[in-house]
Amino acid sequence: MSELINKVTQLLNDKTIDVFIGYEKGSADRIRAAFARTAEQAAKLVYTASCTQNLAGYLMKHEVKKLGKPGLLANVAALRSIMQLASEFQVKDGEVYVLFANADGSFTEFTSFASIEAYLGTTDVGIKSDEQEMIARLEAMSVQERWLFWNKEFDKCIKCYACRAACPMCYCHRCTTDVNQPQWIPVASHERGNLDYHLMRAMHLAGRCVNCGECANACPMDIPLNLLTYQLIDPIKNTFGATAGMKADAVYALSTYKPDDKENFII
Amino acid sequence: MQEFEPKIVAFVCNWCTYAGADLTGTSRIKYSANVKIIRFPCTGRIDFMILMKAFENGADGIIVSGCHPNDCHYSTGNFHARRRWIVFRNLLNFTGIETERIQFSWVSAAEGFKWADVVNNTVKKIKEMGPNENYKKIAVSTLFNEEEIINE
Amino acid sequence: MEKELKILKYNDLPKLIERFRTQGYPVLAPVRKNKVVEIETVESLDAVALDALLSTQSAKKAAFPKVEKVIDYTLGKNAVQQVPVNPETHPETILFGVRPCDASGFKSLDAIFGDTPRDEFYLKKKEKTTIVSFSCPVADSYCFCTSVGGGPGNTAGSDIQFTAISKEELLVEILTEKGAKLASHFTDLLSDTKGDIDKNKFLAEVKVVFDMNAVVGKTTASFNNTALWLEQSLRCIGCGACAFVCPTCACFDFQDEQNTKKGVRLRLWDSCGFSLFTLHTSGHNPREVQSQRWRQRIMHKFAYMPEQLHVVGCEGCGRCSRACPVDMNIKEHLTSIGEIVTV
Repeated sequence: MSELINKVTQLLNDKTIDVFIGYEKGSADRIRAAFARTAEQAAKLVYTASCTQNLAGYLMKHEVKKLGKPGLLANVAALRSIMQLASEFQVKDGEVYVLFANADGSFTEFTSFASIEAYLGTTDVGIKSDEQEMIARLEAMSVQERWLFWNKEFDKCIKCYACRAACPMCYCHRCTTDVNQPQWIPVASHERGNLDYHLMRAMHLAGRCVNCGECANACPMDIPLNLLTYQLIDPIKNTFGATAGMKADAVYALSTYKPDDKENFII
Repeated sequence: MQEFEPKIVAFVCNWCTYAGADLTGTSRIKYSANVKIIRFPCTGRIDFMILMKAFENGADGIIVSGCHPNDCHYSTGNFHARRRWIVFRNLLNFTGIETERIQFSWVSAAEGFKWADVVNNTVKKIKEMGPNENYKKIAVSTLFNEEEIINE
Repeated sequence: MEKELKILKYNDLPKLIERFRTQGYPVLAPVRKNKVVEIETVESLDAVALDALLSTQSAKKAAFPKVEKVIDYTLGKNAVQQVPVNPETHPETILFGVRPCDASGFKSLDAIFGDTPRDEFYLKKKEKTTIVSFSCPVADSYCFCTSVGGGPGNTAGSDIQFTAISKEELLVEILTEKGAKLASHFTDLLSDTKGDIDKNKFLAEVKVVFDMNAVVGKTTASFNNTALWLEQSLRCIGCGACAFVCPTCACFDFQDEQNTKKGVRLRLWDSCGFSLFTLHTSGHNPREVQSQRWRQRIMHKFAYMPEQLHVVGCEGCGRCSRACPVDMNIKEHLTSIGEIVTV
């Protein structure tokens, strides 16, 4: 912990960064995001095994941007978020100072996108085994069973948009759900509105999702939303050879093509 | 009981399939009347949300058709569309929506016979599958079924 | 009316729901669904999660659902024919097994929707809802009802309140005419109380953490304290989870859904946390940044409502803090407002 605090204090003192986005102790036994701008605030930073939130989403937040050059305490998902954001021209090389938390509790500095890319190339970025099992369980069901499963899950949705707000890739200033001319997605949180919204969101994140799981974590109604985008990761990787958030200059899988893309359903 | 007549919506590109369907007509080839054709500039413009809207408004089946690969009027529209459909079909299947209800095809301006076949086969398939009950149940809830929504 | 005290055997509790159902009353109660507890219609006591600390969402949906139809219309050649939904047709409903903070939350909603112009959709539904609350034997660190004038055994807003006084017996407080009418269906199951019962002995302990009057005064005076609101809301991501689980949040939106022939007008929940909430057609947004929206949320509950409606818009249930994905803890934020020395 003191290593982290010393490092951040030094970064703030020598003006390498203006704000450091890290974690602090929250209410009850929770951990929450902290924005250290002074040595005093830096002293409150913590890093424990419960620090799992992907903080990269804050890089896109208006008020955080106004605080100046950011430093970020990153986990693997945050590194991938930065790569994906870079590939979508949302952050530039050198704009973010990245401190990566290693599994052994030590910290590694990433000063360039190239170093992040090199690290990610040697890291397992797949989804967790329990999530894999859940997807396999759903895929083993009949189509009708899956329909009923998701119907029941979406029924709980109250359209608070916590999933969208928590997602580091949902940074659009005007989301498709906010568009009302034409109204693609019903605003109402009825069955149709919920299904439309979640299908739309999954489709807009296909090939961009960095499987951080923030959407499902954020959901107050405990809907396993992450599965929707997670299950698209393998097909996109196998068919198009693309994985999101690995390279800063990657081309988005769905905005490019190969003349010989394989499919088996077009007659 | 009257035989089930499915409602099929066909989203086709202006340059190939629409002309192909025109050829079917001018060649006096008879085909199923269940289909309503909607013309788009290109398959690349046929957003997945348009397909969802078709289901919501009561379509039992959908045909999406455009130029063969390498024949796109805008060079690459159909290539982009193809990628999107590959992903979209995965998502539909995972959320329990029958992918068989959407027929994708390439029909050129010269393939009048093929268009008739695509429509006839799709109508036959959807007749076997029956009405799109799942989607209808949720789709019309606000407009036609009051109880569904009051007290949610 | 004078409140009436009775005793009910715990074993007779299932009979209550059975009788309500045979009388034809829909019964809404907390139901456990994996990690969340929802308020839903139930058929028997088995389904009711009486042991749940709190439902994830508040009970406000009984009178103010997330989606509610208000007008049916058909589009004619020259005119639109409207058929407003008649709120009188709402069935007499029983809200069972909710907590005192849910019941008292309706007091704030009554104040908002009862203010002119009166909102008949809410008021009729509320009038037709009989609230049977269960006092709280346990509380957690997010609860702060006692700091905002409530409490684990607060009877405000409830028609009947149950308190477990032993493993076998429940204390029944019949508090209103509506409650008495409902209790008439199970008079035979009730017995008289023997001696004085100190209900407080059976309630959870919830410490008072701030002085409400100080918080109201300091909130009102802090409107221009930009730094305060920015500091509190930096981690806020601008979703609507807090507003949608809140028992007193009452903002709503209207949406028309129609095809070429007919349509419906729907009333939906809305949240001041969304940037879209105040966005003008011109593109100008008077609450441009999240800190202004957070200020609005706190000011509305602790400055505007006390001033205009003479109620505080918070029940201290802590639902917003539990639901918040980024741990915006309202109890903590209010405490820090209460501790401001000079404003």
